[in-house]
Amino acid sequence: MLEIKDINVHFGVIHALKGISFTVNEGEIVTLIGANGAGKTTTLRTISGLKKLTSGSIIFEGKDITNASAQDRVKLGISQAPEGRRVFSSMTVLENLELGAFLRKDKKGIADDLKMVYEHFPILADRRKQAAGTLSGGEQQMLAIGRALMSRPRLLLLDEPSMGLAPLLVQEIFNIIKDINKAGTTILLVEQNASMALQIANRAYVMETGSIVLSGTGQELMQSEDIKKAYLGG
Amino acid sequence: MEQLLQQAINGISLGSIYALIALGYTMVYGIIKLINFAHSDVYMLGAYFGYVCMTSFKLDFLPSLLISMILCTLTGVIVEKVAYKPLRNATRIAVLITAIGVSLFIEYVTMAIAGANVRSYPPQKGLFAQSVNLGNINITMQQIIIVSITIILMVLLQFIVKKTRIGKAMRAVSIDSDAAELMGINVNTTISFTFALGSALAGAAGIMVGIYYNSINPLMGMLPGLKAFVAAVFGGIGIIPGAMIGGYFIGIVEVLVSGYSNSMYRDGVVFAILILVLILKPAGLLGKNTREKV
Repeated sequence: MLEIKDINVHFGVIHALKGISFTVNEGEIVTLIGANGAGKTTTLRTISGLKKLTSGSIIFEGKDITNASAQDRVKLGISQAPEGRRVFSSMTVLENLELGAFLRKDKKGIADDLKMVYEHFPILADRRKQAAGTLSGGEQQMLAIGRALMSRPRLLLLDEPSMGLAPLLVQEIFNIIKDINKAGTTILLVEQNASMALQIANRAYVMETGSIVLSGTGQELMQSEDIKKAYLGG
Repeated sequence: MEQLLQQAINGISLGSIYALIALGYTMVYGIIKLINFAHSDVYMLGAYFGYVCMTSFKLDFLPSLLISMILCTLTGVIVEKVAYKPLRNATRIAVLITAIGVSLFIEYVTMAIAGANVRSYPPQKGLFAQSVNLGNINITMQQIIIVSITIILMVLLQFIVKKTRIGKAMRAVSIDSDAAELMGINVNTTISFTFALGSALAGAAGIMVGIYYNSINPLMGMLPGLKAFVAAVFGGIGIIPGAMIGGYFIGIVEVLVSGYSNSMYRDGVVFAILILVLILKPAGLLGKNTREKV
C-alpha cells in the first residue's frame, strides 16, 4: 500500500533521514520505534507532505506521491494525528472533528463517520461543545485520532499517541487503535513506548539516527536480545 | 450631558473607521504573525479609489464603496503574493521590514501618480448632506452611514469567520498552520483570503473617511494606521472582537480628549494608552496568556 524508497531528508546541513526504505501493506499495523531524534517523526511528516524530501520516492497505492501536496495526500487517503496532538485549542471538539473532514463533500458520509468516531471515543460526544484546549491530555489524544479519522483515511499515521499519558490510558488508546485497524484502516505507528507498539504491531522497523537498523514482525523483535536491551528495559 | 452625547456620537463614527482598519491588522497578525504596516496604505488607496469613482466617473457612494473595496482586495492579495509569500519561511523581522518597504512604496507611488497635494471629495448632495437633530445633538447622515455600514461589515465578517468553510480554515491556520495542512487545508489560499478580507474592510474605511473628512492625501494612512494598530493591541492582537472594541474605544477616547481638553493631546493620550496596556495587560483586553495542557 505504502512504499518508501530510499528517501533522504535534510534540515539545512543536518542529514535527518539517510536513505530509508520500508513498506506498509494493506490492513497491517506497522510501527517505527527508536530513540528520540532517530527520525521517526520526520519520516511521518515526509509521508504526510509537511516536510519535503531531498531524494527518493514515496508510492501510495501504486501512485507516485513524492511531489504531491499535503492536501492531495489527504484526498488520496493519508491522514495523520501529529505528535503532541496539535488540536485546535480554541475551537470546539465538534469543530475540530469537522475540520478533519475539510475536503469531503458527502454530508451523509461525514455524519456517519462522526458517529463512528463518537463510538470509538464516547467522551468526545459528551464534550463536543467544549473548547478542545480544555480537554485532558488523553482526551486531546483521542480528539487528534478522531479528527484524523474524519477524512476517512485508508492509511492512518499516528505519531506518539502514548506521549505523556498514564499507563491505563495508554492501554485504552492502544485498544482503540487495534479496533480502528480491525475496522479496515491500515496504520503506521510511531512510538517511543516500544513494548506497547510491538504488542499490537504486525511488523516493526527500528530506527537509529536516520537509518532503519532492524526489521521484523512485532513478535520477533520483542524476543530480540538487542531490542530488549535497548528499548524494552531489560 | 448633551455635549457628552454629541462627542460620543462623533467618537463612535471615528471609532468605526479605526475598528475597520484594526480588523485587517489583527486578522493578518492572527494568521501569519506579521504586523502588516502596508495595511494603512491600502486604507489610503481605498480613499483614492473612492475619489476617482466619485469624481472622474461620477458614481454614487454605494457603487464607489463596492468598487473601492474590490480594488483594495486585489491590492492586498497582490501585496501578499509579491512581497510576503516569498518570505514565508524567512525570519519575522525580514517580513516586518518588507512590510515597511511596501508601505513606503505604495505611499510614494501614489504620490507620483496622484500628486502630493491634498484632494477634496466632492461635496455631498441629497440624502448625504442631511442631518438629524435630537434636541441639541446633531447627527449627520454621513455618521449614520459610516456606523451602519461598519456594523453590517462586522456582522458579515463574523458570519464568514464563524460559519463558512473558509472562515473555519482561517481560524484553524491561525491556531496551528501545520495541523491545518494535515486537515487538507490549503494554507496559502487561506492566507490570501485573510489579506483579501482585511483589505476590503480597509478600503471601506478609506472611502468613508473621504466622505466624512472630505480631504485625502497619500500619507493620510500613517496616523490612523498607527492608531488602528494601537486599537488592535488594546483589544488583544489576533482577536477579532478585540479589534472592534479597541477601535471604538480609541475613537471615543480621542474625541473626548479633543472635546474636553486640548485637541493637541489626543494622539499623546492614545499612545499613552498603548503603553499602559502593554504594561498592565500585555496580551490585550480579550487576550489570554494561554497555557497549554500536556
